[in-house]
Amino acid sequence: MARRTAIVGIGQTHHCAKRDDVNGQELINEAVMSALEDANLTIKDIDAIVIGNMDHFEAINYVDGWSVDGSGAFMKPIMKLTTGGTSGMTIATAGYYHIASGFFDVVLAIGWERNSESDTTAAITTCCQPLIERDFFAGAIGPLAAEYTNYMKRFGATEEDAALVSVRDHNNALNNPYAHLRMKITVEDVMKSPMLCYPIKLLDMCPRSDGACALIYACEGKAEKIAPKPAWVHAIAGSRDFVYMGEPFQREEMFTLERASERAYKRAGITNPLKEIDVMELYLPASTTGVKWMESLWVCGRGEAPNLIRKGVFNMDGELPINPSGGPLATNPIGATAMIRVGEAALQVMGKAGDRQVPNVKTALATAFGSCSWSDVTILRDTKP
Amino acid sequence: MERAAIIGIGQTKYEKEKDGIFAELVYEATSRALDDAGMKIKDIDNVVTISNDFWDGRTISCMAVADAAGCHGKDASTVECDGAFGAFYGLMRVLSGYNTTLVVAHSKVSEGNPRIISNAAFDPIYERSLGLDAISSSALQARAYMKRFGITEEQCALVSVKNHKNARNNPYTQLPLDITVEDVMKSPKLADPIKLLDTSPITDGACAVIFAVEGEAKKWAKKPIWVKGVAHCTDAYRLGERDLTYSTALESAARKAYQMAGIANPSHEIDIAEVYDAFSYMELMWYEALGFCGKGDGGKLIESGKTQMGGELPVNPSGGVLSAHSVLVAGLARIAEAALQLRGEAGKRQVPGAKVALAHGINGVCAQQHCVWILASEK
Repeated sequence: MARRTAIVGIGQTHHCAKRDDVNGQELINEAVMSALEDANLTIKDIDAIVIGNMDHFEAINYVDGWSVDGSGAFMKPIMKLTTGGTSGMTIATAGYYHIASGFFDVVLAIGWERNSESDTTAAITTCCQPLIERDFFAGAIGPLAAEYTNYMKRFGATEEDAALVSVRDHNNALNNPYAHLRMKITVEDVMKSPMLCYPIKLLDMCPRSDGACALIYACEGKAEKIAPKPAWVHAIAGSRDFVYMGEPFQREEMFTLERASERAYKRAGITNPLKEIDVMELYLPASTTGVKWMESLWVCGRGEAPNLIRKGVFNMDGELPINPSGGPLATNPIGATAMIRVGEAALQVMGKAGDRQVPNVKTALATAFGSCSWSDVTILRDTKP
Repeated sequence: MERAAIIGIGQTKYEKEKDGIFAELVYEATSRALDDAGMKIKDIDNVVTISNDFWDGRTISCMAVADAAGCHGKDASTVECDGAFGAFYGLMRVLSGYNTTLVVAHSKVSEGNPRIISNAAFDPIYERSLGLDAISSSALQARAYMKRFGITEEQCALVSVKNHKNARNNPYTQLPLDITVEDVMKSPKLADPIKLLDTSPITDGACAVIFAVEGEAKKWAKKPIWVKGVAHCTDAYRLGERDLTYSTALESAARKAYQMAGIANPSHEIDIAEVYDAFSYMELMWYEALGFCGKGDGGKLIESGKTQMGGELPVNPSGGVLSAHSVLVAGLARIAEAALQLRGEAGKRQVPGAKVALAHGINGVCAQQHCVWILASEK
């Protein structure tokens, strides 16, 4: 059986479009030092390290070895994990399993990316099958655009519904000192922003950022001593879909998010997520997904999300605040993005989220999205499982 | 800690320029591992694939093999390290609540340019333009090691002779050769002191291993092979900051793995070892850090014949990495081969009565990282 495990330290960089002042190892080190400081630990207290990013954004092979000076892994165990957009939670999850399995007590998980060093869309396009799909797959936007067009047609959702999600997340980011894009915008601003791929416009889509995030996990017995209020891991679940783009994006439902959240709720004993979860940090790569995917998280029935969004249920003062940090629409260092979701959820549970704190959070959920519409879900609580 | 075991093993034949796309290689290895265990893919509840975006020439390289590894609808993850490290993550997952983990690694080295891909592991500003790659950096390490301890090129060549000879008993491997020290010495020089026959080949292939927790392990067809200890450790990044002549990272990983397995005297208590001999000199260095002999005594150990088939501690009965080097797969193949030995299913390469085996994987430039596994046929 898994050992009880909690997050006891969270660190992140101030994310922005381009960090010219640091190299990759230094960027990683900023997040690591900030996590160690948050947990009041030193690198000597760390038993093992997991790290990840997406290789083709920086063109560095064997990042686990290269990053040692920044991660502090010298003469320690380190391994690298990567799964595309989901990488950040893949790595965080590995941090959890390092401890849950009983092999290690205190583990550092690091996600990072310097998107400024790459042509992000060109790099993403190489994920596709080289003979059949690569020539016409133009990065992440197209499939998401097709998905929402389909959703609008079926349920009468509108472009303005998606714009409301963009306004919510961007305006939430004003409260987050680490966010990359901190700007007050209106639905009109979103609607008037340049069209990228119908119906997704510039302000509907996540940016590309430079940044890093680090989380420290600890076992029961040590976690309580390190943090006054650790964020306990209650459930981690993931799900994968088929790998040819035509298959997942033609589905009416967000298959992997449904499977992963269903499994996570079962493990955490949650039957009514809208009532039982206090805050969610969702990996929303485009505002449109903040509409359609709500039903795949089982917070409402099919086609009901637009109405809840119009009513403000997911706003900071609503019943279930989503993305108090601003989410990926405000900050997107890809290999770190999903880990920031887990870190922000942990900050909410620990009551350390500053101006973006949702009052009295007992249960928080974080998601990850990536690859061929794959999903991961983590549920944290302020009590032991 | 709960116990876990290896219950399924599958390997493709390791070959140069193998037919089939990545997914086909992974499907073949996965299917063989499932058949070996008497399982169906529905009996697997989580999957760890192993791939590297550089070696595969595509980003999110795990996508290319997810369907073939049976990931659909399952909880899956991907480790971008050698297979020995990926297997460790698979083991962690079965010890944390899952019943079974399928770990599968693939590589088609023949489709890429190993020199450019390994050059990309060096510092982009200070080191890459020097032209350092896997072979030239290993040559620096070999020379430093030989100079410090008086190891000769002929002693390194003995490793190559032994492993290629062993490969003749392994139907899966790529280079079974009947060669002499003289053949190795006369083979074309690649980077002094490394010659062609001191080097591992370019190999395509895949390997899959299924892990299960104790309660699950006994339900399936094969005798479980128990994991007694695992540990990994990394050295410094830059070659100039490391002691290239002796691997303290391997010593540290081995010490921890031995401690977990309760091994006090490795050279007596281990019956067979499969180590990551990407170059002939490496096997000698690994003997030392694994405690099979004293520091600097690797050359004497190979000369003694103790690590040959029929010796007290046969190393690489499979032919090792020198006989088939499918990058990322090779560490997992070491685990698979060690487990086959403990089952008594290693065919003509079987070490009689093997009860405790060591498997070893490396990752990074000049083996910056090491992972050591101790497996046993008894709990």
